[in-house]
Amino acid sequence: MHEFALVLAGILLAGAPLVLATLGETITEKAGVINLSLDGSMLLSAMAAFALASATGSPWTGALGGMAVGAAAAAILGLTNIYLGQSQLAVGFILTLLCRDLAYFLGHSYSRQPGPTFGLWGIPGLSDTPVLDALLGRQSPVVALSLAAIVLCWWWMYKTVGGMRLRAVGESPRAAFGRGIRVRLTRLAACLIGGALVGLAGAAYSLAVKPGWGRPQGCEGAGWIALAIVIFGGWHPVRAAIGAYFFAALQVSGIYLQELFPSVPAQVFQVAPFPMMILTLLAVNLGRVSFVQDMMRRYPFLKRFSGSWPITSPAALGQDFDPKKGL
Amino acid sequence: MPRSAWLEQTLWMLAAPALALALTVLVALPSGAPPLQTLQVLLLGGLGSMSKFGQVLTVFVPLMLCAAGLLVPFTARLWNIGIEGQVVLGAIFCTGALMPFDQGGPAHIALALAAGMLGGALWALLAGVLKTWGRVHEIFSGLGLNFVAMGLTIWLIFGPWKRPGVASMSGTETLDMSLWLDRMGRLASSWTALALAAAALVMVAVLLTRTQWGLSLKAVGQNPKAARLFDLSPRRRMLQAFALCGALGGLAGAVQVLGVYHRLLPSISSGYGYTALLVGMMASFRILPVPFICLFFAVLNVGSIQLPLQLNLDSSFSGVIQGLMVLSVFATQGLRAWLIRRREGC
Repeated sequence: MHEFALVLAGILLAGAPLVLATLGETITEKAGVINLSLDGSMLLSAMAAFALASATGSPWTGALGGMAVGAAAAAILGLTNIYLGQSQLAVGFILTLLCRDLAYFLGHSYSRQPGPTFGLWGIPGLSDTPVLDALLGRQSPVVALSLAAIVLCWWWMYKTVGGMRLRAVGESPRAAFGRGIRVRLTRLAACLIGGALVGLAGAAYSLAVKPGWGRPQGCEGAGWIALAIVIFGGWHPVRAAIGAYFFAALQVSGIYLQELFPSVPAQVFQVAPFPMMILTLLAVNLGRVSFVQDMMRRYPFLKRFSGSWPITSPAALGQDFDPKKGL
Repeated sequence: MPRSAWLEQTLWMLAAPALALALTVLVALPSGAPPLQTLQVLLLGGLGSMSKFGQVLTVFVPLMLCAAGLLVPFTARLWNIGIEGQVVLGAIFCTGALMPFDQGGPAHIALALAAGMLGGALWALLAGVLKTWGRVHEIFSGLGLNFVAMGLTIWLIFGPWKRPGVASMSGTETLDMSLWLDRMGRLASSWTALALAAAALVMVAVLLTRTQWGLSLKAVGQNPKAARLFDLSPRRRMLQAFALCGALGGLAGAVQVLGVYHRLLPSISSGYGYTALLVGMMASFRILPVPFICLFFAVLNVGSIQLPLQLNLDSSFSGVIQGLMVLSVFATQGLRAWLIRRREGC
């Protein structure tokens, strides 16, 4: 039981940056903008956070710097897409590659250098319940941050006026515009907030989960996983967080699997989340495939297995909005 | 065209490279890189001598093959990000096809090239089927398959295809000389590879602009619903576009194996698939600018090898410049449209 709790603690830690990045992207996509640049901007903010933390000696300053870098990358996307009308996917993909190369280029002198980390927070008074103690007794602050972010994100999105505006802009920008919401500004704000969370995820990697900077850093590919989890989570923060922990569990199990099969190189297990990503996206979309729908109509008992996983993207996801056109 | 309009057009054309240059200098400064000297090292490193130009051509060929291939799915508005993995699968199939032979001749090389194309096409079809029948966006399936392809290569190199005795990241057993592509005299590049790249571009250009197939592919891209009503079978067209692009990507992988590395390496694709996507975007997926951009990007890639040696900078700087250039093109395009709209006062 104690060991199981330790594994769970490992999943909580490995999942923390994934949760943060997924929540950030969920916020951005909820407003209708797809920020495809996650994989690159996360790496760049990981580098910036590590460099800044090394220079100042404070991991929290580093994390703030990482957030600023993540927000800046998202701002480039937001400005070129929302105000200059360029394709979200194209600019996002360019930023992915650009930020990645920029991270390796600017981080060159910090490569393989020792630097500060977040360290561990001990919660006293848990020693009576060994399971809880193993799970939360000595955890990185990023775990606390990620758990708080889930609750905050859900509360903001569904319980506040700001969150309602955010969803309105993503569901029906025209109606929102008609109600006097400044659509483009709201979208830009969603980009910035989401980008800052992605930046925090990058900082969580280089200052806690995979401490240090190098080429490769170890978080390459995580951004793409986070993008897929947003879809898997049906654009709902809590479900997205569950998805993030699921993929973190997969990454952690890779470490154990490698002990079982020592002859297989580690890189092979690191690839495991990616076919899983494709399969989950396939499973999530299966109900919308016409062939499956036909089958369900013909054999009604199949409907029992289809369950209810209501995947509905924000209606205006990926659609540009220009207040001067239409209306 | 009146003279002032012509002047404006020229200025706008210069705006993108100017912005890119400014941003590059801005980015280079914090790393302590002297901007002008860095650019000089980059360009001389790519064009300084004939042998360096030969290196440039070896980069140019896979870039061209991939970029030409990418024009096809993009005509149907498909983002074949999986091209990177298709290059890798091409290399794997090519190496696999030559496994039984200790030595060979042109027939074996042709077989290996064909096997590479088959590998790339199959890997692309996987992404295509996931898109058309499984409703998984091609960006995610393609990307996931890229990582899978990477894992597959490493597994092959360390497992079934490992060199006798040592299994290492340095790759599989080197091919026999008789299975290598020809060389241009002393240069690293090969005439066959260059001819294949040129043929690929011409074929794609003819296919997209001169045939009914190209026209219907365009229709599928612009309005899939209408395309279905007009009986253009969009699904089949999309799959064909994926397969063709994958075949060209696979050919690039096979050329890397037969002409450059002469074995299968873990990083056999060198990121050329992703760079080719940048090329396509910078050309706005028009055919004519593609070879020129490919050549320029190849010069940057080869030149950047000198950066760690001469200036102790990371070689990823070439990627930074490429990214900034494409971003500048998009930014100036958008800025121009925005200014025009403002001037017209609507």
